[in-house]
Amino acid sequence: MAKDRKKIDFKKMEELPPMVMSLRSMAANPTGSWRNLKPVIDLSQCIQCTICWKFCPDAAIDWIDGNPVINMDFCKGCGICAEECPKKCIEMIKEGK
Amino acid sequence: MKKVMMGNHAISYGATLARVQVIAAYPITPQTQVVELLSEIVADQKLKAEFIKVESEHSAMAACIGASSAGARAFTATSAQGLALMHELLHWAAGARLPIVMANINRAMAPPWTIWTDQNDSLSQRDTGWMQIYCQSNQEVLDSVIMAYKVAEKVLMPVMIVLDAFSLSHTYESVDIPDQALVDKYLPAFDYKYKLDVKNPHTYGGLTTPDWYMEFRIKMHEAMEQALVEIKKEAPVFQKVFGRFYDTVDPYMVDDAETVLVTSGTAASTARFAVDQLRAEGKKVGNLRMRVLRPFPFADVRQQLKNAKKIIIVDRDISYGYHGIWAQEVKSALYGHSQVPVFNFIAGLGGRDIFPETYYNIIALVEKKDKPDQELYWVEVKK
Repeated sequence: MAKDRKKIDFKKMEELPPMVMSLRSMAANPTGSWRNLKPVIDLSQCIQCTICWKFCPDAAIDWIDGNPVINMDFCKGCGICAEECPKKCIEMIKEGK
Repeated sequence: MKKVMMGNHAISYGATLARVQVIAAYPITPQTQVVELLSEIVADQKLKAEFIKVESEHSAMAACIGASSAGARAFTATSAQGLALMHELLHWAAGARLPIVMANINRAMAPPWTIWTDQNDSLSQRDTGWMQIYCQSNQEVLDSVIMAYKVAEKVLMPVMIVLDAFSLSHTYESVDIPDQALVDKYLPAFDYKYKLDVKNPHTYGGLTTPDWYMEFRIKMHEAMEQALVEIKKEAPVFQKVFGRFYDTVDPYMVDDAETVLVTSGTAASTARFAVDQLRAEGKKVGNLRMRVLRPFPFADVRQQLKNAKKIIIVDRDISYGYHGIWAQEVKSALYGHSQVPVFNFIAGLGGRDIFPETYYNIIALVEKKDKPDQELYWVEVKK
């Protein structure tokens, strides 16, 4: 889930760091809103191999209580997890269905 | 301890003494020995550093940027086409305000394919936000690497140490290797305030709207102006510790000189030999060696050239369709401050030797003219 972190707010030149940096951790900035397809994991088939977790290019899979959980605040629906899953137990389904 | 060494190894020893923590480099003639010796030093565990072999110079600078962002003292070295391949990341390193130090061995750009020296490779990177320091001896090379980290880490801008291919990189000279304890005292470990931190994660270099982009550019320019102050401040401090003095410019018999030869790199050493000979003939000639290109030392250049009646800028580089690049820089600094005629000569491109005779020919030509009748003069070219 997106985390609520305090946002740094710059108003004046002297408050600026020397280089551009994000105003807070990107964990506070949900980026999954434009997803068309979403992964759904059939946990009864899952062997907890962690391959989906390793391959997710956006680190949008959390590992909670020994199982993969897709973080929908950040998942873009690319389907790499479904493609790489050796048990083929991740299905990409249309958003809104 | 004194040791006879090539210019390339002077760089390696300088980086070792500076206790660099990450070295990422790709070999290219005439830079190869820099990283060859560094890899041996790291493999022998005489320097606690990560040596990263990469597949290109673009990757070498990318690895240095990553390492520096994590707070490590990062180092690389390259030359000519390798430097050109780094171009995009040179901007990135400076814009991200990373105090990376690299050595560039001046090699002429291809085509035609070549390995010999001229300065077009580094001078073409003038506007990337890197400080550029041009050296004329192996001792200066070693010392400059150490000083570079001191200045870079104060102002958070990267530094390029520049030396001529072969006439310095592969020339053996006696070099004093300072004691590690002295260097450690002069250059303490670097604690980077803005380093990547998993406990306080941020992304760096992200999209910036027109609202703020300019302000970050102003900060870079101000950092470069501060760098000039720091270079001037470090010169006597370095001298006190190591006994050697390095300023932004290096004047030789300019005070009473009517004609001043403005040069850089090893061509300056030859110019000094020529100045001695011409002085023996009663000619009032001097030499101003340009050491720092960026930040440009306006005040020092104006001060050193204020008594000259004629100024001759000898460029081992050219901006096609304009002047030599040093000539543009120096003339621009003099504009509105001096009415003295400035002659621009292009010499020694692609590693053609610049002999004392080259300077005698230049002086003889300038003696016949009150002011330049050409934008630039080519020296010793085939008719």
